[in-house]
Amino acid sequence: MAMKGRAGTVLALLTTSALLAAGCGGGESEEPAEEELYKNPVTLTWWHNASQDGPGKTYWEKVAKDFSALHPTVTIEIEAIETNQLQRTRLPAALLTADPPDIFNAWGGGEMREQVEADYLKDITDEAKAEIENIGSAAEIWAVDGKQYGLPYRMGIEGIWYNKDMFQRAGISAPPTTFDELNDAVTKLKAINVVPIALGAGDKWPAAHWWYNFAMRACSVDTLKKASNEAVFDDPCFVKAGADLKTFIGTNPFQPNFIATPGQNDPTSANGLLANGKAAMELMGDWNKGTLETVAEDKAALAKFLGWFPVPAITGSAGDPKAALGGGDGFSCAKNAPAECVEFLKYIVSPEVQKGYAETGVGLPVAKGAEGGVADPALKSILEATTSATYVQLWLDTAFGSTVGNAMNDAIVAIFAGSGTPEKVVEAMKAAARK
Amino acid sequence: MTSTNSTLNPAGGASAPPAGLRPARRRPSSRGAENRRKWYEIIGLTTPAVIVYVMFVLVPMGFAVYYSLFRWRGVGPPTDFVGFDNYVLAFEDPIFLDALRNNAIIVVGSLLIQGPIALGVALLLNRRFRGRTVFRLLVFVPYVLAEVTVGIMWKLILTDGGTVDALMRSLGLGGLVQAWLADLDVVIWTLLFVLTWKYVGFAIILLLAGLSNVPHELTEAAAIDGASWWQVQRHITLPLLGPTIRIWMFLSMIGSLQVFDVIWVTSVSSVRSLGASATMATYMVDNGFFARLWGYGNAVAVILFVISFVAALLFQRFLLRRDIQGAITRRVN
Repeated sequence: MAMKGRAGTVLALLTTSALLAAGCGGGESEEPAEEELYKNPVTLTWWHNASQDGPGKTYWEKVAKDFSALHPTVTIEIEAIETNQLQRTRLPAALLTADPPDIFNAWGGGEMREQVEADYLKDITDEAKAEIENIGSAAEIWAVDGKQYGLPYRMGIEGIWYNKDMFQRAGISAPPTTFDELNDAVTKLKAINVVPIALGAGDKWPAAHWWYNFAMRACSVDTLKKASNEAVFDDPCFVKAGADLKTFIGTNPFQPNFIATPGQNDPTSANGLLANGKAAMELMGDWNKGTLETVAEDKAALAKFLGWFPVPAITGSAGDPKAALGGGDGFSCAKNAPAECVEFLKYIVSPEVQKGYAETGVGLPVAKGAEGGVADPALKSILEATTSATYVQLWLDTAFGSTVGNAMNDAIVAIFAGSGTPEKVVEAMKAAARK
Repeated sequence: MTSTNSTLNPAGGASAPPAGLRPARRRPSSRGAENRRKWYEIIGLTTPAVIVYVMFVLVPMGFAVYYSLFRWRGVGPPTDFVGFDNYVLAFEDPIFLDALRNNAIIVVGSLLIQGPIALGVALLLNRRFRGRTVFRLLVFVPYVLAEVTVGIMWKLILTDGGTVDALMRSLGLGGLVQAWLADLDVVIWTLLFVLTWKYVGFAIILLLAGLSNVPHELTEAAAIDGASWWQVQRHITLPLLGPTIRIWMFLSMIGSLQVFDVIWVTSVSSVRSLGASATMATYMVDNGFFARLWGYGNAVAVILFVISFVAALLFQRFLLRRDIQGAITRRVN
């Protein structure tokens, strides 16, 4: 009796859970995308990463409102999600379901390639021809095998942010253009008892970016392209990058305890050191202006001493000295998003909207015709350097995809910690590519 | 001594006489009806809980095991079946082995450090003195604070040139100042200290609850017989605290194996990825989410589960057996 009852309970439970599971699975119906534009009311869900209250977030709200005013059939629902959460957890999970957001942040490179292979993204090559042309070569990062799957709205290259006053006090007449001059500057800055370079290795990627730049100088553009597209890292230039980095670390250019220093947005972080006059230089992307301002105790002083110069070249290396490392943010539309999504994406990268974006000071615009929105001299020089760069290589961890990127960054940080070697970085990258 | 044991044993006195004895006098049909009603009640009352348990515990666990058998980066459905490769890869990764070692340090360290401290403080707080309630509250405060708050607080205290460094310098101990959260050899001990600070209050409260169950008559009788305070603690209080201590050890061990939040917030991600402060749980998140190795991350989750489960079973089998007699194991008459 007891046994029979137990079996009955189990059966009842199984049936119930099966029914529940069935209930969860149903209810997906896609409306055909063949409908004419702006005929039927549609709701676009938009996931972007401007999650902190500020000009970036308010600007996107305004953009959505303006677009709805132009096209009353379109309602836009915004969800602002912090970058890491968006990129690592929310978006991958949402894309696996039948109901992903319609338009969302896309960073291009290896991750986008995987998303395209999984058939998640909308091909916008034909619809956005004019926009792609107006953006120029930067748009390539959001293309896979010649087809466009997203468009950037922000793009910039990396360089060295520095304290002009300190350079003057140390007797450095002009920003270094080669690594020899940079080493020289480091020595001079040490002589006046200043931390030459602030480094936020605690977050790993700010440290890894030094290796990226050595790789940019050691590897030819073709090698880098091949590495990004095929995950092949056999070229000896990748080992050389690590060796160059090791030599550079050997000159002790960084502040003590750099291995635990956070990268950004914290008074004790690397950009806090630069912003508050405790270090002379920091290698960082175009967005650093804004982050420096958030941690600076004296914003007026910062504005006075802050300067920017491109990453110096290494004399006699295979890399193109005019090539730069950079990246940006873009948006993609989900495969089954309504056609209005593409129209909205095109609206975001139109010169007028881009100009307004540039005026917020959150990032550098990508569309031609929006340059007028950039007022700050340091940002202007970055914009010029970005447009005059012969080739812009996307951040290597993004370009190689997060699996290789993560392993690469970890192995590079090990060099900084003294336990890694140039060879181990390449081995880790190759091992991760197989995972 | 033996007479008090039955009150401590949860199954000792309270359980009803076995249901099978009563119906002997009844007619078979009504016995069947009662049996049926009993089953309806059991099903009706447990089904909601069981459904929730199945949907949110068993089914996800099943999925974790399933996904762990794939090479899967979370893009598209898993298709690349690799069998137990992910498990092999984990045990080949020196960082995962570091994480295992760190978990072991935290388990053993928590038991050896928190236990004696908690016992000492609990015995002291169990005596009558002014402000006892205030002390009891203070001791419990760290445990009540959110893990993230504790993590950020200690991160600020332990930062380079932070409160701890300043304090040590002012005490003339400047030479002992370390990179508490950055030195690869020091960081795990720093974290062990923070974890001890955070969780020792829980052990104290648990032991105080246990102490309140020690009957006064016994200690009074012992005192009248001329036993010293120490002798009373050693021969009466401590043995009677046994079940409480063992339950605390069990909870502490399982918590230490799965520890995540305090480590995640307090330690620096670079130091974690070098293995110095990684635990199995942080390793799982670093690999599963940040390197987007979803299959591999699931394999690590399964390993973490199996280790915790086996540890829990062994602990119950050998150390908790007497305490939970009749509750989980079969009744011994």
